[in-house]
Amino acid sequence: MADAEMADAEMADFLMPVLGADMDEGTVVEWLVKPGDEIHKGDVIAVVDTAKAAIEVESFASGTVEQLIVEPGQTVAVGTVLAKIAAARRPPGEKRPAEKRPAEKRPGEKRAAGKRTAVRQEVSSPLVRHVAERLGVDLSQVHGTGQAGSITRADVERAAAPPAGEQPVPRPDGARRRATPLARRIAAELAVDLAGVAGTGPDGTVREADVRRAAGAGTAVPRQAQAVPAAAARAQATRQVTARLMARSKREIPHYYLSDTIDMSAAMAWLHARNLELEVTERLVPAALLLKAAAVAARTVPVLNGFWTDDRFVPATAVHLGVAISLRGGGLVTPAIHHAADLPPFELMRKLRDLVTRARAGRLRGSELTDATISVTNLGEQGVELVYGVIYPPQVALVGFGKVAERPVAAGGLVGARPVVVATLAADHRATDGYTGARYLTAVSELLQRPEDM
Amino acid sequence: MNTEEATRAIEEVLSQVAPDAELESLAPDADLRGTLELDSLDFLSFVEGLSKRVGQRIDEDDYPKLATMASATAFISGRNSHPVTDTA
Repeated sequence: MADAEMADAEMADFLMPVLGADMDEGTVVEWLVKPGDEIHKGDVIAVVDTAKAAIEVESFASGTVEQLIVEPGQTVAVGTVLAKIAAARRPPGEKRPAEKRPAEKRPGEKRAAGKRTAVRQEVSSPLVRHVAERLGVDLSQVHGTGQAGSITRADVERAAAPPAGEQPVPRPDGARRRATPLARRIAAELAVDLAGVAGTGPDGTVREADVRRAAGAGTAVPRQAQAVPAAAARAQATRQVTARLMARSKREIPHYYLSDTIDMSAAMAWLHARNLELEVTERLVPAALLLKAAAVAARTVPVLNGFWTDDRFVPATAVHLGVAISLRGGGLVTPAIHHAADLPPFELMRKLRDLVTRARAGRLRGSELTDATISVTNLGEQGVELVYGVIYPPQVALVGFGKVAERPVAAGGLVGARPVVVATLAADHRATDGYTGARYLTAVSELLQRPEDM
Repeated sequence: MNTEEATRAIEEVLSQVAPDAELESLAPDADLRGTLELDSLDFLSFVEGLSKRVGQRIDEDDYPKLATMASATAFISGRNSHPVTDTA
């Protein structure tokens, strides 16, 4: 990779990325760009199918698409050149290979930083840029209604093609066939090529019914047979990926385990009071507060936030919180909520819902699958009292939350019923000692006693 | 809203939240969250969808009334002991 870049400074290779610790190969499902298209670093340019899910892959470089080398349907090894990108003029040092370590790869930041100055001045907050990035909205196209014409979150959300089906903001990827996630899934299952389907949704978006119609009419061009594995094969492949990763974790990582029972009275009372005022679309679940506390505590105890690589701990520069999400029909993915410690609980909640929805629809982004710096499993949702997790290598800690439930608690010489949650920490003993882990759980507990400050 | 309409509304929303659920085989008194494996976000989506579908506000305190098909139907059709305030 480095050699290729030196030999041809004007051309960057877009490689099959590593989208999980144990990914060996991937299938190009779809190109969202065509030769001649101008792209920016962080733009989603291809959909790649892995054993686990279809992933939206972002470009690591800005420039013009020169050539698409791998055809949709082809399965190639990690590191294979998928496309050539003629590089735009860049400041030195910006160019980077696709397979950089997760800790160093933060397309979101680069994208926000790369926006034109004029745009940045109109934007009221980093949060708005986060939201715009998440929704794929070009801020230069958004009309601001805030103070002095600043762009508010509502402006961004209005611009982002709401479910009601308004005209979406034009995106640079004009070649892309718009389709709903469900339509994509059905198309994959029925082996229908979306390019041959007439969309009846807003702006020509292909909907499920369109796909089924195309499949029934036999007009669609069939995909290559190996393009997308059938559901059963996928479930088995997912199992194997999880099996390899977890076996590696238990083989390599000397886990130590700690637990603490945390009083949730203050947190639950605060949640309840807030939710009374809120419309259901805005309501918080306890998980949002637990995740927020886990993320902020990771900043307090930074030696648990990062990676064990080459026999040493490499701290991460931000907290990207991996969240274990079970998929309907089996399987597990652990995508990251970027900068989770910086998000207010309401925004974290929004991100969480968005992430779960997209994980289950098979529309996660590559950066989400590779960027997690510490992970959380919230198995309490399924009713268990506590969960001791298995660390995702090369991360060094996994936080577990059990069910929030009323239990007898002794306080001030009296026993009363209070909501509590058992928080656990599984941590890599190579990177930290139990004393450090204890500090982490204490930090989580203290944060949850002051929910209003989070 | 009568019982039949309420049942239909609930089933409609549930099938959106849990597309793979077999609602026909769901016992009236089966716990919805446990049986359909709804996590707290799924359940919130259910509440959200139902609130929109039937045009009535559903508060957190009402959640226990949505525990089973039978109790949810009673709640939505207004046959529960606690009258529901309308918010459009």
